[in-house]
Amino acid sequence: MAGRDCLVTNDWICGEYLRSRSQELIDATVQHVGITAAAVAIGLVVAFPLALLARSRPRFAGPVLGLTTVLYTIPSLAMFSLLLPFFGLSAALVVTGLVLYSLTILVRNMVAGLEAVPAEAREAARGMGYGPARLLWEVELPLALPALMAGLRIATVSTVALTTVGSIVGRGGLGNLIEDALPSFFKAQVLTASVLCVLLAVAADLLLLGVQRLLTPWTRIRAAGSRGAH
Amino acid sequence: MDVLARTWTWLSTGANWSGEGGAWHRLGEHLYVSGVAMALACAIALPTALYLGHAGRGGALAVNLSNVGRAVPVFAVLALFMVTPLRSAGYVPTIIALVLFAVPPLLTNAYVGMREVDRAVVEAARGMGMSGRQLFVRVELPLAYPMVMTGLRSASVQVVATATIAAMVGQGGLGRIITAGFNTYDTPQVVAGALLVAVLALLVEAVLVAVDRLCSPLRKTV
Repeated sequence: MAGRDCLVTNDWICGEYLRSRSQELIDATVQHVGITAAAVAIGLVVAFPLALLARSRPRFAGPVLGLTTVLYTIPSLAMFSLLLPFFGLSAALVVTGLVLYSLTILVRNMVAGLEAVPAEAREAARGMGYGPARLLWEVELPLALPALMAGLRIATVSTVALTTVGSIVGRGGLGNLIEDALPSFFKAQVLTASVLCVLLAVAADLLLLGVQRLLTPWTRIRAAGSRGAH
Repeated sequence: MDVLARTWTWLSTGANWSGEGGAWHRLGEHLYVSGVAMALACAIALPTALYLGHAGRGGALAVNLSNVGRAVPVFAVLALFMVTPLRSAGYVPTIIALVLFAVPPLLTNAYVGMREVDRAVVEAARGMGMSGRQLFVRVELPLAYPMVMTGLRSASVQVVATATIAAMVGQGGLGRIITAGFNTYDTPQVVAGALLVAVLALLVEAVLVAVDRLCSPLRKTV
């Protein structure tokens, strides 16, 4: 009985809310994760050739970086609205907007990471007869991976937060729950959805940190080695 | 392209610019909210970061704060304020949300700028007999200036852009033109509102770049 009361008295924390609306919360979280994952994945696929282009043709570097920076200054609400005539009210609209935002961070970090590859490493690989493609995949990308992953983590965390704004077109994952709760001042729903959103961002960040550690085993060996030497 | 033509018609219609819900009033609200929020955020973040940077303490806090800040959606913060009695306090909820949003990047950039000042220069200044205060004002601050300004610029642009979100919880600002257009299925008005905010954000960036150049302590030597 006490559990039911918290919905009536509009408490901030409400166990009964979690129990009775668990399906709604799960659906919203799944939509949130889906939109974020799609946006970041597409962002990576688009950013990679742009970064390579900016690097190999210095002429394009200014325009590519400038354009992605301009995209970042467009407010999210405005971005989603500007895309409306092209996509209508759909998840594709939100994903496209988020992809455009992620490009700024991803391209910048990829270019910086590739530029930071030591020239000796590149020379050595060329001397060993590596072609441009093999040089990229086997030498440059692994060495640029920490910078690349740092960019990916920032982009993912911002995207999780920005996805909530997608609720303007009804595709905002947990943002939908927040928006729906506003007219009735439903505190438990606003707080639960907000907390879940932050938890999602933290979980995504930790997951990517784990992936980075798996992908760059040599950094741990070096760290362990230097610790052993002391 | 019909939308663009009708957007232009919306923008060039005087009636859309005047009155309580007109573009001029919304622009004023937008600038007021962003300006007050940035001023408060600077007043909180810059002294803290400059002091921490000068003293060389609290580095983990200063750097991690901006990561935490990124993870918290402004929309969620605003919504949380709107379900408390603060909702009837005018622009206060929007301003607090924007201050919370702007403090982390300002703090991190200013702190990193202070810490990246060449240690050899700091040692030389100490060797010349400068006091902590002289070192701060004459050496560290001028050298950290570009980084501080970069943080200030990106935070300002982000605040102007993000102030739009206030409209999603019914608060004022240019975002209201967008949401009002949404509710009446008036696409040209939505596009017009979006254009206004985007142009405003770019203008703020341009103005701050100019201010940065004018005020730079290194401008005479570079």
